[in-house]
Amino acid sequence: MLKVENMAFSYRRNEYLLNKVDFEITPGGVYGLLGKNGSGKSTLLYLMTGLMFPQIGSITLNGIPTRKRTPDMLSNIYLLPEEFDLPEVSAETYVKNNAQFYPNFSREQFDSYLQIFELPSIKKLSQYSMGQKKKFIVSFALATNVPLLFMDEPTNGMDIPSKSQFRKAIALSMNDERSIIISTHQVRDLESMIDRVLLLHDNSMALNESIVDIARKLEFVHTTSKDDLQGCIYSTFTPDGFVGVRPNVNDVDTTVDLETLFNAIMANSQLIKQLFV
Amino acid sequence: MIFRDNLSIYQQIAERICDEILDNKFPPGERIPSIREYAALVEVNANTVVRSYEWLQQQEIIFNKRGIGYYVSPDGKHRIKEMRRKRFFSDELPLFFNRLSTLDISVAEIDAQYAEYLANLSNK
Repeated sequence: MLKVENMAFSYRRNEYLLNKVDFEITPGGVYGLLGKNGSGKSTLLYLMTGLMFPQIGSITLNGIPTRKRTPDMLSNIYLLPEEFDLPEVSAETYVKNNAQFYPNFSREQFDSYLQIFELPSIKKLSQYSMGQKKKFIVSFALATNVPLLFMDEPTNGMDIPSKSQFRKAIALSMNDERSIIISTHQVRDLESMIDRVLLLHDNSMALNESIVDIARKLEFVHTTSKDDLQGCIYSTFTPDGFVGVRPNVNDVDTTVDLETLFNAIMANSQLIKQLFV
Repeated sequence: MIFRDNLSIYQQIAERICDEILDNKFPPGERIPSIREYAALVEVNANTVVRSYEWLQQQEIIFNKRGIGYYVSPDGKHRIKEMRRKRFFSDELPLFFNRLSTLDISVAEIDAQYAEYLANLSNK
């Protein structure tokens, strides 16, 4: 569906924020776009949605460069930026004005998401608190039913119950025709929802793997005894002992711990790369 | 749902569904929630629940009526108990025996306590 090929982008001359980036987004997945602050997550989202242009290489959606931003392409993508503002109009007017750009928008689904988020009815959207605005726009974004939905740090500003509601809404909205790409630095919020990991590190895509494949190749060890960490390529202390990651030579089926994976790649990106050639 | 670390999430969800079948939350022959509904319930990716349902189907605990949904097998409860009995004898009992021998506990002692436990259970 969306293809990024040998792509490079820089804000400053001769200083690439993203370089030699290659990956593909196929339908039917929840992609977690991970990376440190300033690693280029948001920039990559803007590049993929055609709001910024790569200097080298290409980004195409079904063969057409996203920088062209054709009306047809724009009806197939939705970007929910980290910061946004809602106009001083009623929810009704907002939907009337914006839903028409998305041919598969479902009013019924939109109402069901608002219900999941327990959003009260109000006269003007500007009366909503920041967190409520976020829930409103997330509901709208999910109801557009676009094949490619990008969300930049969607759980920022959400309280604990809202994060749970958000996971429910995502689970209900998923199908085989759409993919959702969520950038986040709070991996714990979305760990159980993500089925593919895109990890930006050292100006490039250090990892693009499904959770199933990661679990096949890596074993995550949670233990109270240091002796159990044999063969780990990365390990650290936790409040209740140790956590480590090692090649899955015994073919066991453990739950992928994204935080540990993230830290392991930050500590030694080469080693992990060798496992995922 | 709080997930443990040492078992993959899809297996934990499958075990949870087994518990719900044993508790009669989903009686034999009845429909269980759709993959998407269950994914929303436990807040996981739908593909994870797909794996759980596939595994439960393989064990013939649930079955799929094409285009309608998933149903609990007529002998689903029996199959879960059989599976868990097998697992108890192969995985849990050796550990239990190991405990008994290291702590010098005799089977007779356990036997007496177990009889008491059963008596208490039937009194309730």
